[in-house]
Amino acid sequence: MIEFHLDQQSGVATYLQIVRQVKDALRLGTLDVGDQLPTVREVVADLAVNPNTVAKAYRDLEREGLVVARQGRGTFVASTLAPASLQPYAELREELERWLASARVAGLDEESIRALISTTLRESLARRVA
Amino acid sequence: MSSPPLVADGLGKRFRRDWALRDLTLTIPKGAVVGLAGPNAAGKSTLLSLAAGVLAPSEGSISVLGDDPLRTPEILGEVGYVAQGAPLYRSFRVEDTIEYARRTNSRWDREIAVELLTRIDSRAKVGALSAGERARLALALALGKRPRLVLLDEPFASLDPLAARELLQLLMDGVAELGATVVVASHVVADIQRVCDHIVLLTGGCVRLEGGVEELLESHRLLTGPRRPLGSIRGVREVVRERYSGRQLTMLVTTDGPIVDPSWTVDRVSLEELLLAYMAPERLPNVRKMERVALRWHG
Repeated sequence: MIEFHLDQQSGVATYLQIVRQVKDALRLGTLDVGDQLPTVREVVADLAVNPNTVAKAYRDLEREGLVVARQGRGTFVASTLAPASLQPYAELREELERWLASARVAGLDEESIRALISTTLRESLARRVA
Repeated sequence: MSSPPLVADGLGKRFRRDWALRDLTLTIPKGAVVGLAGPNAAGKSTLLSLAAGVLAPSEGSISVLGDDPLRTPEILGEVGYVAQGAPLYRSFRVEDTIEYARRTNSRWDREIAVELLTRIDSRAKVGALSAGERARLALALALGKRPRLVLLDEPFASLDPLAARELLQLLMDGVAELGATVVVASHVVADIQRVCDHIVLLTGGCVRLEGGVEELLESHRLLTGPRRPLGSIRGVREVVRERYSGRQLTMLVTTDGPIVDPSWTVDRVSLEELLLAYMAPERLPNVRKMERVALRWHG
């Protein structure tokens, strides 16, 4: 069962955070087809969030075909986002670890590393858009 | 059935010579959890009192669940209102308070009230309850009516963070059960940002900002960049607020498209930051002037 967490300072709408956490879990294989998502009431009780928000997140996931709501029984994972093999993830992760190690050797602290990654990612995405 | 739970049209309320609320026009969508934000004396309590039929408007009109609360007071049977400080009879015992509520409400739902009152001694005097317990009792009285509209005025004011969180959970669970529309007034944005999906921000008796939380978060960005004369930045519609710190300029802007200008770092803004920026008393007039005088900005 997935457990949600919220970052109030992120500026990301609560329902989007829930959608993303489900998708991340589907990508990484921690949620699989047939698994049940917590009920709206359970998430509300756990996080003290607005039930409408949770319902909206689940509706979004359902519209994308990722989960299916079964009347009176709950919401279940209907398809997965994990690539056929997790192999490329493992390799990319290893490369990233090596890169992080050299960044640390170069004297970058955690914040500088984050800043460098996020600006590079942003500019790279902007170039692809342009 | 389908009339919006709360509609204000040109609504104003004057106490002697001072307007507590002026020219307020808004519609609260059904099923929303509305954060009614604003500094002290912004008119939040006045608005809730008008909606609860406790006060009469000085001008304009207010409609609650489709009716005028003063002309059709029956409608208030479907409104759960908890005034600031949760006023209750301190000499009543908890069970007497509940019994009174049961007898005076035709739609009384014992289950809901009981669930909210677990761990509270029903024979205790109301005056002997802790602030958290008293808040829960007041919420139980409001939700036990199975209201379609819940109005809460500063429900977290005297609560420690744990009790506030618990009250919020109980409130949201009640909303899940009832499908009610909720308006929570609070001057502490952190208390309500977790739950509200709609914001009405009042300052000086007027609506300063109103809308869905998601849309508000999507349409605002925080830009950080070098201090320099500003032409227009593509994607920026309006500068809400700006401040200098050292050689850096930070601006809260509304957007009308993606901002890809590489000289600016673009960040999302939390609801709390957003509301605080709009709440700040003076709105900075124009950008050119700001180049000369660096004003300090207190978030």
